[in-house]
Amino acid sequence: MSSMHDFTLASARDALKARKISAVELTNAHLDAIKRLDGRLNSFITRTPDQARAAAKAADEVLAKGEGGPLTGIPLGIKDLFCTNGVRTTAASKILGNFVPPYESTVTSNLLRDGAVFLGKLNLDEFAMGSANLTSAFGPVENPWKRNGSDAKLVPGGSSGGSAAAVAAGLVLGATGTDTGGSIRQPAAFTGIAGIKPTYGRCSRFGTIAFASSLDQAGPMARNLQDCAILLKSMAGFDERDSTSVDTPVPDYEAALTRGVKGLRVGIPKEYHAPGMPAEIEALWQQGINWLKAAGAEIVDISLPHTKYGLPTYYIAALAEASSNLARYDGVRFGERVNGSSLDALYEATRAAGFGEEVKRRILIGTHVLSSGYYDAYYLRAQKVRTLIQRDFLNAYENVDVILTPTAPSGAFAQDEKPTDPVQMYLNDVFTVPASMAGVPALSVPAGLDAQGVPLGLQLIGKFFDEETLIAAGHVIEQAASFTHRPAIHAGVSA
Amino acid sequence: MSYRITGNTGEWEIVVGLEVHAQVISNAKLFSGASASYGGEPNTHVSLIDAGFPGMLPVLNRECVAQAVRTGLGLNAQINLFSRFDRKNYFYADLPTGYQISQFAHPIVGEGKVLVDLADGSTREIGVTRLHLEQDAGKSVHDQDPTRSFIDLNRAGVALMEIVSEPDIRSPEEAGAYLRKLRQILRYIGTCDGNMEEGSMRADVNVSVRKPGEEGYRTRCEIKNVNSIRYVMQSIEVEAQRQIEIWESGGEVDQETRLFDHVRSETRSLRSKEDAHDYRYFPDPDLLPLVIEQSWVDELKAALPELPEAKRERLEQDYGVSRYEASVLTAEQAVADFYETVAKGADARLATNWMLGDFFAALNRTGRSIEDSPVSAEGLRELLALISDSTINGKIAKEVLEDMVETGESASAIVERKGLRQVTDTGAIETSIREILAANTDKVAEYKSGKDKLFGFFVGQTMKAMKGKGNPALVNEMLKKLLSE
Repeated sequence: MSSMHDFTLASARDALKARKISAVELTNAHLDAIKRLDGRLNSFITRTPDQARAAAKAADEVLAKGEGGPLTGIPLGIKDLFCTNGVRTTAASKILGNFVPPYESTVTSNLLRDGAVFLGKLNLDEFAMGSANLTSAFGPVENPWKRNGSDAKLVPGGSSGGSAAAVAAGLVLGATGTDTGGSIRQPAAFTGIAGIKPTYGRCSRFGTIAFASSLDQAGPMARNLQDCAILLKSMAGFDERDSTSVDTPVPDYEAALTRGVKGLRVGIPKEYHAPGMPAEIEALWQQGINWLKAAGAEIVDISLPHTKYGLPTYYIAALAEASSNLARYDGVRFGERVNGSSLDALYEATRAAGFGEEVKRRILIGTHVLSSGYYDAYYLRAQKVRTLIQRDFLNAYENVDVILTPTAPSGAFAQDEKPTDPVQMYLNDVFTVPASMAGVPALSVPAGLDAQGVPLGLQLIGKFFDEETLIAAGHVIEQAASFTHRPAIHAGVSA
Repeated sequence: MSYRITGNTGEWEIVVGLEVHAQVISNAKLFSGASASYGGEPNTHVSLIDAGFPGMLPVLNRECVAQAVRTGLGLNAQINLFSRFDRKNYFYADLPTGYQISQFAHPIVGEGKVLVDLADGSTREIGVTRLHLEQDAGKSVHDQDPTRSFIDLNRAGVALMEIVSEPDIRSPEEAGAYLRKLRQILRYIGTCDGNMEEGSMRADVNVSVRKPGEEGYRTRCEIKNVNSIRYVMQSIEVEAQRQIEIWESGGEVDQETRLFDHVRSETRSLRSKEDAHDYRYFPDPDLLPLVIEQSWVDELKAALPELPEAKRERLEQDYGVSRYEASVLTAEQAVADFYETVAKGADARLATNWMLGDFFAALNRTGRSIEDSPVSAEGLRELLALISDSTINGKIAKEVLEDMVETGESASAIVERKGLRQVTDTGAIETSIREILAANTDKVAEYKSGKDKLFGFFVGQTMKAMKGKGNPALVNEMLKKLLSE
């Protein structure tokens, strides 16, 4: 039983292909772990054990014939922002009610095409709005990690907190996430796993519930970068149903893993030395620099001068789009409806009851920054600054191949340490937002533990559509860090 | 002569600009694959994109863009190779996403112009400010149930072209002429069917008034969604009157949106400037900027059909028709095509007279349009050929045309079946005439004593005896000869 939980996605794939294990036993082991542990972690919103077992059985039949795709029989969890045909999709909001899409998102279609087995839909911040997975209408997700000698419940980060927790605890071999301003990378760092936010346009957004359309990007989350690379190859690709997806070939990311970093120029942006950043994060960053240097990379000090404007402009651009994207949740055609005496009353009652506080706050801010009289000062200026931030990266990439930074300014904090000021909460995204604003790819790899035994991550930011170099550099850090720690709560140990 | 309204304080001039919403002819909607055809059971032409389902994304329909470019070319307008789609945000039950995708800051078509012909024979140029593409909304139905409203999304997402004129229009007549001309151009190019009853063309009418010679414009009101040319003209008149009364009584016209009630012939306030929506336009992040190639525009231009102005001038030259006849014949492309099929290689004058006379009369009588004409152009040409080669005379031809309309048979078949072939056999004509003269010896005597008018009587009697088939020229000639014997 415990051996079933020692697999990575890649090793499980190889064992399945070699018929050393069956997809059914692999799936059952994960379903059992979910049953045992997820009452506590709350990483799943909807579990689909029956569909999973049926899919695993079908996978075994395919594998028995010596056939199968790159993911045949691999148990995955799907962030509940991806629409899944016939399976309730909630965005962790009450407003969608028991919405069951009659369609499949392109990303999940691609995973199914390649043989993946879905165990269910993973918890997240409501509409992906949050950095601690505390805003879900289905309750917070608990980080499976514990501080040394403390039983305080830590947050898994957000918004892909359910994905991160489920992967870290071994409830799934991999998960889909979405990243708008750090929603894959920050929770990956908080839970000691790897996560990739691909270049904007690399994965189709079709069928993924939108937060901020010009920033949203799906990506993989798994225990290491090899697993992420396997998932990304399956998820990525041009989709004519998403006008912003890009028609460029999908490389074999797994093959890039062992390329190494010899001769690679790694940029260290001075602006990321944020005031008040814990010394151990500074130290970890330096450690990362040393590891890459030792592996043959050249370290270059660079400047990304508009970094400090990243966070404020992100919260204008993203929320402007969100205020418009969330207008469709009006109680008229699907989801929850609270009736009223007039159409406006119906809208007000439905949206008052259906949206949580953080979503309402963001809709209000987004509406405000687009309003007549404020548009130029906020939205338009934010767009201009966004161009400058993108230019920062393009200028930097004339001299360097990748950029190394910490993923987040702290490790996971406890649920009851949540800042009361929402802006304090937004600061979690300070290192992840600039890459999102620029549209360039970035990843987070676990690189160590802080003094309290909580994982910390390093972020690598790459050139447009150069996820391969990112993966190669990330793998060097992975190898050097030899991060083999497991969280307190994980499959294979008793809860 | 300028149009003026006389108020208590003297004459007033009106200033009108029109925003015309023209539904694009296309198979699919602007951003989805659902059918864009009119009608159908409610909510049967709706995709998940049109219904604004979570995660659905718009994908621009290339044909709709081509239609907008063609229309821009037809309006002699600037085609913008760079344009962009924006979201216009507002809540309404028949607007599924909570925003309409439109082109606000960067329309696909810029400035153009339309030449309109007025009743006094003069021509005026009305400026076109811009043309942009946008989605239509769905339809809310409020009168089927006392407590509930129903929503039909068949129209939601259908492509519209909003064509905005400059405030160049100075009379209801000019507004009507502009709309008719615009509709004619759209129909010629095949980008909008111009059917105002079905709502595929609607107008928002901006009206203000000022004293003749006054600089600048006074506050305007916008009359929303007027759905016939006649109502546009009426609404301008009554709205101008209303505004004049306000100014003359010392009041101030408020900028507002109004509705035209054609039953009461008045406009009513819909919402004031204070209640105006803040649409929070911003570029739609689901769509890339629309960048088109000049070479593609050139291709579309080369493939454009001949436009009304050019066609009218050509008909005047090629067929020797008058300017008036040419404008009637080119009012619709189908009529012009029909005419040219009839007139080509035939007697053009005969063709013109018959088209504008008996043929149009037959269409009117049967309530048919040129498209479903009971007589084809080829059929009419054959009939006219039978006149030209003296197989039948004009009078018989009228009878044959009526028969063609009724039975759908060809002219020659009818002539054969009914034995209407004109008699040119002088022997047969002479025999008939001799019989008539023999039976009317008294009248012959009167004629010979100088009562010339009786000649017509003998012609009539002869034609009657010959069942109308006598060749009129031969009958006349023979009668003169026999009466002078």
